[in-house]
Amino acid sequence: MEDDSGHLNSLARACLVSLQAEAPVRVPRRRQFKLQLPCPAIGNDENRASQRNLKLARTTAYHPSLTKQSAKMEVLLGITGKDFTIIAASKAAMRGATILKASDDKTRSLNKHTLMAFSGEAGDTVQFAEYTQANAQLYSMRNGTDLSPSALANFVRGELATSLRSRKPYNVNLLLGGVDPITHKPSLYWLDYLASLAKVPYAAHGYAQYYCLSILDKHHHPDITLHQGIKLLNLCTDELKRRLPIDFKGMTVKAVTKDGIIDIEFDDDKVVKMA
Amino acid sequence: MARRYDSRTTIFSPEGRLYQVEYALEAISHAGTAIGILAKDGIVLAAERKVTSKLLEQDTSAEKLYILNDNMICAVAGMTADANILINYARQAAQRYLLTYNEDIPCEQLVRRLCDLKQGYTQHGGLRPFGVSFIYAGWDPQRQFQLYLSNPSGNYGGWKATSAGANNASAQSLLKQDYKEDCTLKEACAMAVKVLSKTMDSTKLSPEKIEFATVGQTKDGKIYHRLWSADEITALLKEHDLAKDDNTEDK
Repeated sequence: MEDDSGHLNSLARACLVSLQAEAPVRVPRRRQFKLQLPCPAIGNDENRASQRNLKLARTTAYHPSLTKQSAKMEVLLGITGKDFTIIAASKAAMRGATILKASDDKTRSLNKHTLMAFSGEAGDTVQFAEYTQANAQLYSMRNGTDLSPSALANFVRGELATSLRSRKPYNVNLLLGGVDPITHKPSLYWLDYLASLAKVPYAAHGYAQYYCLSILDKHHHPDITLHQGIKLLNLCTDELKRRLPIDFKGMTVKAVTKDGIIDIEFDDDKVVKMA
Repeated sequence: MARRYDSRTTIFSPEGRLYQVEYALEAISHAGTAIGILAKDGIVLAAERKVTSKLLEQDTSAEKLYILNDNMICAVAGMTADANILINYARQAAQRYLLTYNEDIPCEQLVRRLCDLKQGYTQHGGLRPFGVSFIYAGWDPQRQFQLYLSNPSGNYGGWKATSAGANNASAQSLLKQDYKEDCTLKEACAMAVKVLSKTMDSTKLSPEKIEFATVGQTKDGKIYHRLWSADEITALLKEHDLAKDDNTEDK
């Protein structure tokens, strides 16, 4: 799944530029485009050329495994505990090297007790999330009961699997958290654009996995309270602020309990010094 | 006069009735009786078999009781051939739900799917309606044990105890008399054979004349459904002194 272009972060990209200056390195067409930083001037000839290039890359060289780096920079975290599931998503909406917005909400509630967080290709994410949301709400309307988190996770997996085998698959990674409306048991599901589904006690997507899973491995316990869960989330975000090369603009944090979905105040302005 | 309105299913008569649907209901009231009783720890379905013969293979021909899904069974009153079409449809619908959501379809949803299909034949198509009533017994996590009855018009309802087929009015009143809230599955089985013995032509019953099935919960909480074998039915009948003597055989 990890190809070389997928690993290329901004630092490596900078190195590549300096390398190129010295000796001509053969760079694949797609990567060449990425090296051209977006030029904001409208009507600029160079900019038009890059747009043409983009089109070329899309129609001839598109492959779903080429998950954009900016998508991997998006942070999705999920933690379950005794009677809750926390879902957290970074607030930065990115396009290439630019942050377009610092208050993005990458979550949608599917019903009263199921929440979905998403990352991936810009248009795909919201489209797919709202499609799922609409289907969940249609089910509730028709049947007078809500789908359980597990049923929803399996439904979403099926939709992603169908999409993956279509001409233009959705490039979306998801976390789906909820509390079962009957048993009140919390659950968390990890899904990626290849339609893998896993029920997990805690989860992360993108580069955040590399920094957070080890922390969660060490500190997570299935019986933690919501308060302890948020403390654990703070450990994770602190580490991300320390190590992720870009500023992800803080986190939107929500928790699902048996009473529904609640927004949680989260301190985004905290400065974390390098250890 | 009625001839003008009863040849097609979809045409109202001047009194606002659909004759074909009423004829279908009439056809069902000649079929063997089927009853269902809801207990606190399970459900029992019992049905009278009309086709009995010494030559009939007992185990391979369930006439009136069918499994729809892991969480649901049903009893049929009416035309068995029509019922087969609907049962096949219900089984497919249940499996499709299982495939999409990886959990069993809620009972009422499956009943509704079938009833939507039945209703369709009372409104368009120019074909006759399905000549069957079903009694459904099932379990789901939301509403636990449930008992439903549906008829050819596409109406359905949830019941504590209900019946369909021949003599269903007298069966219904017997059930009304004898039904106890919070009865156990064992008590419900006793009530079922008692009611059947009274509504059927002969007071003494035999396993070739009735079919029996239960839905229940094992000690570790798993839901099971079971179509009873002839031996089990005989044992139950003997216990309630309703079994036919071995030396007085008819046919």
